[in-house]
Amino acid sequence: MNAQRGIEMVVGAFVLAGIAALLVLTLKWSDFGTSSVSGYTLTAEFDNIGGLTDRSPIKMAGVTIGRVSSIQIDPKTFEAVVTMVISSQYDNLPKDSFASIYTAGLLGAQYIEISPGGDTKVLKNGDKITMTQSAVVLEKIISKFLFNKAAAQ
Amino acid sequence: MNERQNGFPNSFLRGLAALGQGAMAAAAHTGQMVMFTGHLLWRLLPAWTRPRLIVQELYAIGVLSLVIILISGGFVGLVLGLQGYNILSKFNATESLGVMVALSLVRELGPVVTALLFAGRAGSAVTAEIALMKTTEQLSAMEMMAVDPLRRVVAPRFWGAVFSMPLLAGLFSLVGIAGGYFIGVVVLGVDPASYWGQIQQQMQPVDDVLNGVIKSLVFGAVIGLIAVFEGFNAEPTSLGISRATTRTVVLSSLSVLGLDFILTAWMFGA
Repeated sequence: MNAQRGIEMVVGAFVLAGIAALLVLTLKWSDFGTSSVSGYTLTAEFDNIGGLTDRSPIKMAGVTIGRVSSIQIDPKTFEAVVTMVISSQYDNLPKDSFASIYTAGLLGAQYIEISPGGDTKVLKNGDKITMTQSAVVLEKIISKFLFNKAAAQ
Repeated sequence: MNERQNGFPNSFLRGLAALGQGAMAAAAHTGQMVMFTGHLLWRLLPAWTRPRLIVQELYAIGVLSLVIILISGGFVGLVLGLQGYNILSKFNATESLGVMVALSLVRELGPVVTALLFAGRAGSAVTAEIALMKTTEQLSAMEMMAVDPLRRVVAPRFWGAVFSMPLLAGLFSLVGIAGGYFIGVVVLGVDPASYWGQIQQQMQPVDDVLNGVIKSLVFGAVIGLIAVFEGFNAEPTSLGISRATTRTVVLSSLSVLGLDFILTAWMFGA
């Protein structure tokens, strides 16, 4: 009787582990990767964010210094407001820094590159980066190029 | 007499006869399997009146297969991580490593590799067990005591296979994704948030995970059916048991790979 009980417990653990595995696959790791970022938040407005998503990296000179934490639409200007968390060790970004959206390689994911300005004042928690450059949409460039060709002829 | 035996028409006819014999044997085997499936279907639900037996089979078939499944899943994930990284780094898209590893595991490799290992580890054991029960006339003894061997012996093993497969395949995929994470993020330096983030964005609960579960349920049912049938239908000799075991592994591996193509075409194709 005891051996039977032992088998039943092991089977119960097996079924639980299997169902847990399927649940984890279904629910898609809801919190992995975000909790590790701590620091101060900045916002920036863009006309077009392209394929930028939550958790896209923020880079400076190619080094990852933070993550995008949320993306919303400003209800008045209809621009995209990107909230980002910058690691607290990089707390001396100049106030007139420039944020632009780039693509890693031709097929890679998009990220925000911050180019530091020359201001002596620094960005603090909750500040807004005013100078931004939107994502480059490949189709727009191609159509511009084609129209220029057509106009030249 | 001699010239007729060695002449062209005669050897051709003999070959033809051998082919016909093989075809008829295959047809008879298939027919027996269909009949057996019909008999078994009527016992599948009544087998639930004794759930203890099914739990015992879940232990013998599922839990005891865990070790081989988890170790293989880990290694498959490691290899996927390495190969995927090498290919994706050519396109500067190593951020997509996570989603590549996760989708290949959940959609294909999880169910299929688990099923192949499962057929070798558990299917062969079930066949050998039932075939030996038949050889030692335990099954006939049961019938003498008015115990239905299909319901007492065969149906619980079938259910054990059906329920074990999706659980094992899910664990296989999960361990594989962790293996890919180890190679990609810890060893090769892929961005960890991209690894998980891309999986989160692109893996769909219904399209990917549910379809993987359906696949593994189908594979579990097919392997279970073949294993119990070959055991029940084995020739009651030591050679018969060995042949039945071999047939289980060969037949289930072939059916899993063939069915996988059909299921994939139905789920993801067109």
